[in-house]
Amino acid sequence: MTDDGYAVRAEGLVKRYGEKRALDGFDLTVREGTVHGLLGPNGAGKTTAVRILATLLRLDGGRATVAGLDVARQAQEVRARIGLTGQYAAVDEVLTGRQNLEMFGRLFHLGGRRARLRAGELLEQFRLTDAADKGVGKYSGGMRRRLDLAASMILTPAVLFLDEPTTGLDPRSRGEVWDSVRDLVAGGTTVLLTTQYLDEADRLASRITVLDQGRAIADDTPDGLKNTVGGDRIEIVVAERADIPRAVKVLARVADGEPETDETELRVHAPVADRVAALTEAARTLQDEGIAAEDIGLRRPSLDDVFLRLTGHRTERTETGKETAA
Amino acid sequence: MTTVDLSGRPAHGRVYWVLADCWNVVRRGLTHYQRQPANILWALGFPIVSVLLYGYVFGSAMRVPGGGDYKDFLMPGMFVMSMAFGFINTATLVVHDSTKGVTDRFRSMPMASSAVVAGRGVTDLVLACAELLIMMGTAFAMGWRPDGGWAFLAAFGLLLWLRIALIWVGVWLGFLVPNPEAAGNLFAVAMPLTMISSIFVAPQLMPDWLGFVAAWNPISSTAAATRELFGTPVGGGDGWIEQHALLMAWVWPLILTVVFLPLAVRRFQKLSR
Repeated sequence: MTDDGYAVRAEGLVKRYGEKRALDGFDLTVREGTVHGLLGPNGAGKTTAVRILATLLRLDGGRATVAGLDVARQAQEVRARIGLTGQYAAVDEVLTGRQNLEMFGRLFHLGGRRARLRAGELLEQFRLTDAADKGVGKYSGGMRRRLDLAASMILTPAVLFLDEPTTGLDPRSRGEVWDSVRDLVAGGTTVLLTTQYLDEADRLASRITVLDQGRAIADDTPDGLKNTVGGDRIEIVVAERADIPRAVKVLARVADGEPETDETELRVHAPVADRVAALTEAARTLQDEGIAAEDIGLRRPSLDDVFLRLTGHRTERTETGKETAA
Repeated sequence: MTTVDLSGRPAHGRVYWVLADCWNVVRRGLTHYQRQPANILWALGFPIVSVLLYGYVFGSAMRVPGGGDYKDFLMPGMFVMSMAFGFINTATLVVHDSTKGVTDRFRSMPMASSAVVAGRGVTDLVLACAELLIMMGTAFAMGWRPDGGWAFLAAFGLLLWLRIALIWVGVWLGFLVPNPEAAGNLFAVAMPLTMISSIFVAPQLMPDWLGFVAAWNPISSTAAATRELFGTPVGGGDGWIEQHALLMAWVWPLILTVVFLPLAVRRFQKLSR
């Protein structure tokens, strides 16, 4: 436990690569025992921030503590209290799952006997006992990710850095990883999560920091962030493209703002205050005017809307390439 | 959730943990060979095939200046070649761990960071010993008879000393190249660097300028020194470098170590920049 209740505290982090500033005065606080999401477009500095907090990179300015310890001056102590899973930390693909966990356990200085016991325990906890003595090369994506998580949990770290933990996994495996993360947090671990799936951050994180060009540009709960883009919207999907202008007129009558259209998805939407009344009115008018609607409903703004509003970019999925180490 | 008591880890000094961490990294490398028997067959089969191939194919056509059995000239050369090519293996494994993220996981753990590199080096030395023993066994089966007595062990030591020096070159290159494929291409560099030496052909038989380069190739000194220690000093030249092979077989690897060990350490530290 830290004195101030913050598992991570970063103030004015700066990281330079030549002329480019990967981090340019980045601030972050993460409350103990929570999942904190770190979102941002490609090259925003997420990777750099996590690598600095996990003691893999030296910072050029600012100050950061993890579990109450200074990442620059007490790196070795920090390492005994963190776990790192994802893009930059991997398991050995030649060894079996059990051999991996035993090796990492011995390297965490548990000693042979306890490393062996701990490996067995983790294999069970992450439902890998059946595959324990198979080479990791033969594991499915989800199993490998769970083993990766298990390896990060050997010392039950105070802070776990999860970098894109479910990228490339099928929906079932994603669900399994999410369950494991929730279990860990229930056990008292703090998680700093970077992800390219905004719904993942929405489901797991109790607070989110949005990063752009090396700075934190927003920090709030998922609901708080959504409220900044506005309240509920009414949304109509029409059957025919030709009906879009008429649907816009219908919405303009009941809405509290300019309707927006999405031509490719045949979607018209607008903000509404008086939610149910507006919905009923819109539905009736559509019918009266004979406009065929595929769908009509109320929608909360998604984190995608927040992301677009804040950074001017779509989410990473629609862009090409992965974030580079810079 | 946790029933294993994780508190109160055993108290030991720093040196103990450096050695223990190093041993655990070595153990990982050896387990790799155990889990991939095909790889170890390749690693050890290649030297056997080389000894047979060069011994019979080249052996039938080659002569040694000043007389003597070509086998006595070739075999120590083959041992040196296998040590020299070893740095490619080191580089490949280092870059593999870096690109896969295994190196970063090690670095994010409270283990001795020197053990990451030292463990790699010791693992490679173990493999080098196995390679040498197998090659020597094959050579013996083909009729190679060293008669230097206990100096045999000194020759073995000199061969490993060369391999140790090249570990640093391998580690340095492993952190330098972008991916394992690029490390494989190092073979194209290693090939001429090892061929232009006295391992297969006596430098006196080459054009003057080439013979000079070959004689001053660091691995030529190891080859000449081991031929001497095996009690079969055939094909030696009379230049200064050839006359001081024993001395230079110590000095060359020392120079390589002095140059490449700091470079390798710097590269490793640069990972956190």
